[in-house]
Amino acid sequence: MDRAAAISIRGLVKRYGDFVAVDGLDLDIRRGEIFALLGPNGAGKTTTVEICEGYRSRDAGEVRVLGEDPADGARSWKAQLGIVLQSGAGDSQLTVRELLTAQASYYADPRDPDEVLELVGLTEKSGVRGKALSGGQRRRLDVALGIVGRPTLLFLDEPTTGFDPEARRQFWSLIRSLRELGTTMLLTTHYLDEAEALADRVGVITRGRLVEVAVPSLLGGRETAPAVVSWTEDGARRTEATATPTALLHELATRFPGEIPDLTVARPTLEDVYLQMIGEAR
Amino acid sequence: MTTTSPVTARPLPSLPSVYRSRASVELKEFFRQRESVVFTLMLPVLLLVVFGAVLDYDLGNGVTFTQYFMAGIIAAGILGASLQNMAISIATERSDGTLKSLAGTPMPRSAYFVGKVVQVLAVTLAIIVVLLLIGVVFYGIELPSGTDWLTFAWVAVLGAAACTLLGIALSSLAKNGRSASATVTPFALLLQFISGVFFQFSEIPTWMQTVAAFFPLKWMAQGLRSVFLPDVMAASEPAGSWELGRTALVLGVWCIAGLLLCVATFRWQDRER
Repeated sequence: MDRAAAISIRGLVKRYGDFVAVDGLDLDIRRGEIFALLGPNGAGKTTTVEICEGYRSRDAGEVRVLGEDPADGARSWKAQLGIVLQSGAGDSQLTVRELLTAQASYYADPRDPDEVLELVGLTEKSGVRGKALSGGQRRRLDVALGIVGRPTLLFLDEPTTGFDPEARRQFWSLIRSLRELGTTMLLTTHYLDEAEALADRVGVITRGRLVEVAVPSLLGGRETAPAVVSWTEDGARRTEATATPTALLHELATRFPGEIPDLTVARPTLEDVYLQMIGEAR
Repeated sequence: MTTTSPVTARPLPSLPSVYRSRASVELKEFFRQRESVVFTLMLPVLLLVVFGAVLDYDLGNGVTFTQYFMAGIIAAGILGASLQNMAISIATERSDGTLKSLAGTPMPRSAYFVGKVVQVLAVTLAIIVVLLLIGVVFYGIELPSGTDWLTFAWVAVLGAAACTLLGIALSSLAKNGRSASATVTPFALLLQFISGVFFQFSEIPTWMQTVAAFFPLKWMAQGLRSVFLPDVMAASEPAGSWELGRTALVLGVWCIAGLLLCVATFRWQDRER
């Protein structure tokens, strides 16, 4: 176990009846980093996260979150966490500001609710009742409720589902400013561009196992993977995978007098390597 | 925004301050929701107005049915404010994730229940005040006097406590607020019919009286009749007396049973898949 880590997991197993949701998972998340957990639906992401949050019991393995076993979950331990659940919070008759003020009242050293509203871009909605918010606004409220307690460690379970592209960009900049404040974050997401934009490291989980952990640019041997060069020659599309694309381009340049027709050079995207990984695991 | 300070172990907020915060949340949640206010507060008021106007017949000994109904509708109002309100609102909060979110904060768990108790007490008090006001102003009901107030207070509080605990326990049986409402509302209505709220209890078949006697509402209504009716009316009760001692006993037993059920069944989240 890595005692200094924000989260340290060894041999985690969780079963629901005959179904093995988490099957011997090991993971360390360092303090101060943003870690993204990727994986298809039913891979065990939410189960793993909710075990770390203290919501679910485990069948085997060791888990330490901020040095404590989540199963013990004392108040002082919870005070250091911020949790944005996949399901979010329910309807409320309270206004956005009242909800944040109530949430702040559970913590020792909360952030100023108005500052938090500013941060998530809900200042103009501060007097609106929770139940009257749109889906995206509601999700921002969930995030606001998650950070108002000034957490050391923030869990974000699919935080941007239902966001339009602009709202997602705004959310990303919020996450980056939280990182500057030293908040450790464990993020689960379906969006690979989100993981690439935010995460210091990503972990890919399939069928309850962590198949790889890497910085986004190195995942699945991306940086050494062959580049794919495509062009049109004699009216047909030609494609070649090569470890030395520059040499190939030189050669093509000599074959064509002017521009190489319809030239593209592509490295595998995070999505390509991810899809390959979860495909192999199936 | 300030930067994170090195871990200064500030103490967590005190229990009373979190209790105050939760009480305020629960009061706003109830009184701002039109459906719950109409259903829980206005329905008993409407029933009193309608029954008071329609069924104003004489029960003998100078007692009108409106007087009799006053005790019953207050008991039914308490049932709505406690049992029905708790079963439905907590089932809703469990299924929509409110409870789960709260369980992930350092809020002391007792604070949630303290908030609910404050809500029940406030709603109960509001119902009693409004019903008494209407009864006194429009139907010539006389306010209780002397020790009757004391009886009124303990029957209301003990009844509300038993029904609150029972309501919290019942919330665990339902999948969500709607299904809680669909099961608890008919149950409450049925109880009201057999417990002497809408009809004189002595007019109800004996076997129904026996069934009713297993549940709190019958005892609450009977206890409140001792407050609103002259003692001569005790003769028409099943035992020929108000049975206040037995009322306290039955309600007390329901409090204990309700508490045990709550401890055994309360969940902060829906079952794991």
